[in-house]
Amino acid sequence: MSDLSWINSALTAARPEAMGALLRYFRNLDTAEEAFQEAALRALTHWPQNGPPRDPTAWLILVGRNAALDGTRKTARLSALPPEEELSDLDDTETPLAERLDHSHYRDDVLRLLFICCHPDLPATQQIALALRIVSGLSVPQIARAFLVSEAAMEQRITRAKARVARADVPFEAPGPAERAERLAVVAATIYLLFNEGYSAGNDAARAGLSEEAIRLARLLLRLFQTEPEIMGLAALMLLQQARLLARFDREGNAILLDDQDRGLWNAKLITEGLALIDKAMRHNRPGPYQVQAAIAATHARAPTARDVDWAQIDHLYAVLERLQPSPVVTLNRAVATAKLNGPAAGLAMIAPLEAQLPNYFHFHGVRGAFLLQLGHTAEARAAFDRAIALANTPAEAAHIRQHLDRMAREAG
Amino acid sequence: MLYALICYNDEDVVWSWTKEQDNAVMARLAAVQEPLIKAGKMGPSLRLLPTTAAMTLRKSQEPPLVIDGPFAETKEQLLGFYVIDVADLDEALDIARQLGDANPGGSYEIRPIALYKPDERTAAR
Repeated sequence: MSDLSWINSALTAARPEAMGALLRYFRNLDTAEEAFQEAALRALTHWPQNGPPRDPTAWLILVGRNAALDGTRKTARLSALPPEEELSDLDDTETPLAERLDHSHYRDDVLRLLFICCHPDLPATQQIALALRIVSGLSVPQIARAFLVSEAAMEQRITRAKARVARADVPFEAPGPAERAERLAVVAATIYLLFNEGYSAGNDAARAGLSEEAIRLARLLLRLFQTEPEIMGLAALMLLQQARLLARFDREGNAILLDDQDRGLWNAKLITEGLALIDKAMRHNRPGPYQVQAAIAATHARAPTARDVDWAQIDHLYAVLERLQPSPVVTLNRAVATAKLNGPAAGLAMIAPLEAQLPNYFHFHGVRGAFLLQLGHTAEARAAFDRAIALANTPAEAAHIRQHLDRMAREAG
Repeated sequence: MLYALICYNDEDVVWSWTKEQDNAVMARLAAVQEPLIKAGKMGPSLRLLPTTAAMTLRKSQEPPLVIDGPFAETKEQLLGFYVIDVADLDEALDIARQLGDANPGGSYEIRPIALYKPDERTAAR
């Protein structure tokens, strides 16, 4: 492994704070990005020779800022590197700068940077693309590959997003507590969207990396906002879901339901981290949707086998989620827990009122079919499964329902 | 003589390593450990999860204060640590409190463990 790949990890780790500080200084995404690129290029030349600086983030901010101020961008890029003595002076100037950029400064810088990328004026696809480009530093081809679009289309998406945030006039002053909470919520929602882009892709490696990046960003937020229970909940939720990655699909790529997964394939390290975080969050007694969903995932994770799952607890948690975030999809999920607890008739009764709200929702018909099948209403079950297959969003979803139908056919024959 | 080796690094960087980089480091460390295990020189070793998963029990006031996040003061020094096997965070905090009651002053950081390798010395003998 080359030295450069290690320097790249250091640059990736320092990027959000350095970009955030450069953005505060230049108040323009493009200038901040170019300043960071220039600093990163110089790091690639200087760090292997002189070793990494004591505070890589402060080094990148200082060098990036000087490079961008150093005449026009074009001459800056073409000019030779500054003389060695000038760079070795950096150690002296680094200290006061690092002191000025204390923890709370970084915190607001990173939050502002993330908020700009996740700005509520942007459509979700642009939020995610911009965050990956600006905060994570992924290349346009990498992002394009993850979203299965052409590089040109992704370039255009990012350019449009930048133009729109430039017009959105985001304030650069440190946000007040109410505004900070609001920004955090917007950022958390985008990070979860990013996670789901990767999660729903299943075993496609290029897209699955998006989930890992979302977890990395959540850990970054947590380091900056250590006492926010919903951020702990978000991180816990993603860690506990990501832990099941290897168990979620069979060799043919078909989805395996939670109950049928081989728990030996669950990632113990991710589960430990997720459980520690949800336990931490719940101590605050300020429940929120991410915490409740993480608590549901944690209840599954704590059960040694599928038979040991505490369905009463899950039913209770879904009831809490229904109050916090009422939606027919939440009720549908709750019905699965209720059916485990009180039988399929109870589940069927709970979802009966949802038909009007979810007439074209794949999972509704899949769940309904499963309840009907358990109750022995085979003809009605078959009709529900047929409806589900017609509404399936992916071949894997359809294949899953077909397994039910195949089993019915075998048992009937 | 028993010695403890305590590892420090920038966790933002370490948790930004790619899976390949992380595996490469672990493989190189395992290669160093292997002859030490055979020679009966390796006690338990462990890798901690990120400080974002940590809590701290601070005994600067009564009752002790439980705060989110890692131990962050620079006035105290690391004097020792325990490995405990518990059902959840509450149980871990409870044990930290009991230890704290028996020990004047100081703080305990409660941090989950990512990887635990038991003492290999008896196996080698």
